[in-house]
Amino acid sequence: MKKLPKWNEMEEGFITRILSESINKTGTWRTFKPIIDQSRCTKCGWCIVYCPEPCIYYESKKDSKILIDYDFCKGCGICAEECPVKCINMVLEE
Amino acid sequence: MQIIEPLTLSGNLAIAYAVKQLDVDVVAAYPITPQTTMVEKISEYISKGELKANLLLVESEHSAISACLSAAASGARVFTSSSSQGLLLMHEILFITSALRFPVVMAIANRAVSAPINIWNDHGDIMPQRDTGWIQLFVESAQEAYDKVIQAYRIAEDDKVRLPIMINIDGIVLSHTYEPVYPISDSDVASFSPWNLYSPRLDPDNPITIGAFCYPDYYFETRYQSLKALNDSLPIISNVDKEFGELSGRSYGIVSPFKCDDADIILISMGSISMTVRAAVKKLREKGEKVGMLSLKLFRPFPSKELIRYIKNAKAIGIIDRAFSPGAVAGPVFTEVTSALYLSKMDIPSVDFFLGLGGRDVKMEDIKDIFNILKRIVKTGLIERHSYYIGLRG
Ligand code: SF4
Ligand code: SF4
Repeated sequence: MKKLPKWNEMEEGFITRILSESINKTGTWRTFKPIIDQSRCTKCGWCIVYCPEPCIYYESKKDSKILIDYDFCKGCGICAEECPVKCINMVLEE
Repeated sequence: MQIIEPLTLSGNLAIAYAVKQLDVDVVAAYPITPQTTMVEKISEYISKGELKANLLLVESEHSAISACLSAAASGARVFTSSSSQGLLLMHEILFITSALRFPVVMAIANRAVSAPINIWNDHGDIMPQRDTGWIQLFVESAQEAYDKVIQAYRIAEDDKVRLPIMINIDGIVLSHTYEPVYPISDSDVASFSPWNLYSPRLDPDNPITIGAFCYPDYYFETRYQSLKALNDSLPIISNVDKEFGELSGRSYGIVSPFKCDDADIILISMGSISMTVRAAVKKLREKGEKVGMLSLKLFRPFPSKELIRYIKNAKAIGIIDRAFSPGAVAGPVFTEVTSALYLSKMDIPSVDFFLGLGGRDVKMEDIKDIFNILKRIVKTGLIERHSYYIGLRG
């Protein structure tokens, strides 16, 4: 059996450094997939701020194309709700 | 030390002044009587440019403490304050702050809890926070509140402590009463409580996860760590108080005994009411009565050993409780004191006195009545009741 650390062998404050969130691809949880209508997107960046993951990003610099990292998007729909021009559609996953 | 003229400040303003001198980075608080003027003053300092801090206008106390916790997680020096219902709304996050070990400093203007609504002082708001893992200090004056805020950052940010601290000032009685407060200079504050940029903290170049999901195989150890840190903070709290005494001439101790050495009867109290008790002891001593008192300055971690040292020779002990713990064996302070006595194998008759709830005035006569009850116990050896409700009609 794996030997677990004693209380005084553990880092204080419950810190995790294994960054499991970048290993575990939570995108598989999704039921609805957000699709950005790039022709209407104003690149305001509001969705980036609201995405709880966060998995929405500018392709390169600010004002460049807005992309969603579907490896991690859980399909919560917050971006679609908050987008001021309503250019994100939630589409049922195949 | 540079001598500075006294300022005329209320407890709230004395705390705000200390926060300014401590160069706090982030303040997030929600107004609630009787804490409001504290944060109002801080926002004034910020708008005038006297304090360079971010004042976060949050929508509730739950958000205020969450914002402070998060800012502290990135290494910022933070301050918040609350009272009564506001403090109750923070309750959930208080546990998280201590377990994640962030040195948040909070001042509380203690006020009764609803229902019925009451804006006056008692300890009903702070007692439900006993088990949140914070260091809890109680003060008797605006001066002491000022001094303790300066000490609080030094203690909280100490690498061996790294725990949040609550400084309790009695609402209205201390928060709104003006008195002369002797500040220390900005440079003395800076050198006494220098900002200790602790790590690990949230840092984009060095990502970590704080407070993630924890299975049964790690939870126990993690909680034990913060329990141990709280218990181990006691000598550090005591030393910081002593060092502050060397700097300013004002040291309070973690317990403050008065005439306990040869006292047959000792009354234990917490907060501003200790002033009245001390005055009553002085009066009774003039009449030759062997009475003493002890003011508890630290409630968490509970200073059992230090307390026992001063009360061990008493023949009867009275404990003042300013909050109910409904359905419990007795009031919260009484339970602590008598547990400490039990663990020291001491059987001294002890009685719990509930008083001053919801701002009910406590007069010198009330304290004298308490001493008379205790005197009767010493004389007869009989404890008629273990709890009295002083001033309750009926
Ligand atoms: S909120 Fe909508 S408009 Fe703004 S960047 Fe995102 S998708 Fe584009
Ligand atoms: S659906 Fe939710 S998780 Fe996915 S991109 Fe939008 S806000 Fe982010």
